[in-house]
Amino acid sequence: MKVVIMGCGRVGARLASLLDIEGHSVTILDTDAYSFRRLPADFGGTALVGNGIDQENLKQAGIEEADAFVAVTQGDNRNVMAAQIARYIFSVPKVVCRIYDPLRRELYNSLGIDALSPTTIFAQLLKEKLEK
Amino acid sequence: MYIIIVGGGKVGFHLAKALLDEGHEVLVLEKSAAECEYISSQLGSVCVRGDGCEVTTLADAGTGRADMLIAVTGDDEDNLVACQVAKHKFNVPRTIARLYDPRNETIFKKLGIDVTINSTNIILEHIEEEVPTHPLTHLLTIRDKGLEIVEVKIPPTSPTVGKQVKELSLPPGSTLLLLIRKRQKPHVPRADTVVRAGDQIIAVTPPESEEELRMALRGA
Repeated sequence: MKVVIMGCGRVGARLASLLDIEGHSVTILDTDAYSFRRLPADFGGTALVGNGIDQENLKQAGIEEADAFVAVTQGDNRNVMAAQIARYIFSVPKVVCRIYDPLRRELYNSLGIDALSPTTIFAQLLKEKLEK
Repeated sequence: MYIIIVGGGKVGFHLAKALLDEGHEVLVLEKSAAECEYISSQLGSVCVRGDGCEVTTLADAGTGRADMLIAVTGDDEDNLVACQVAKHKFNVPRTIARLYDPRNETIFKKLGIDVTINSTNIILEHIEEEVPTHPLTHLLTIRDKGLEIVEVKIPPTSPTVGKQVKELSLPPGSTLLLLIRKRQKPHVPRADTVVRAGDQIIAVTPPESEEELRMALRGA
């Protein structure tokens, strides 16, 4: 599977590494080259400096042939805009993005964007831990 | 009308002022406390501190009864989301987004934003008008019809000088509207009008034929 990941923070870098180990073709985008330090030394994918809401950068990252696109930058709005570009402009078959704000996540889910809210998920996990 | 403005920077502030003067009910949503304070001190209590992309902030602002939401923050993605939340969550009838990157215009349209104002293009057009050597100047965009009104100046060296309008190979869809010539009243160019050096020609054209039109009129 060819995957484009936008945002090389802890989550992005880790996901890129996991997919790379499994033999997927991974391209990871970040606006800051310094973020790529988070990738393991033996990372076999491509790290590209660029902005995931810029169509030219997405094309360079190979979005047109991608099977999946993941948006995990720090900005909810950037993620959701990039996800919509991937989905509606480039027709990427599988698109997932992170939205911290649970209410915005709900809205975009209802608009057909597959979004996860770490806020909701983590709060739930913590609650379960406490109840054990 | 009840109008919500997301983003209280310079554009947001002056827009709020103008709309208030016209007698509209206006609310500005602005993240920064300092900007918020400034707006309130100048315009009265029309600014609420908050993130206009957040559902709760918009709910508190009474977005459900808003006639219009105008997003003028400094980030295209924030303007997009503010408009989308307003439209899909609160059924605001009209959403207007400012955008900086001209390439985002098609995306915004595709994603259901009613009106986009491309500040970069507007500035470029104004600068073009002031650059005397610019071969083609954009005067006006008729957005919903996909047409542009442009001005082309004919330099003395142009191979089209001395030719009749009917001899020019104008691209389909382009029409010459007006000929402005020194010491003459502006008039509509006819098929037998002869092109002269220094002529200013106003034409309407689809944007994709712009280059072709420029070539046809100036020869280069």
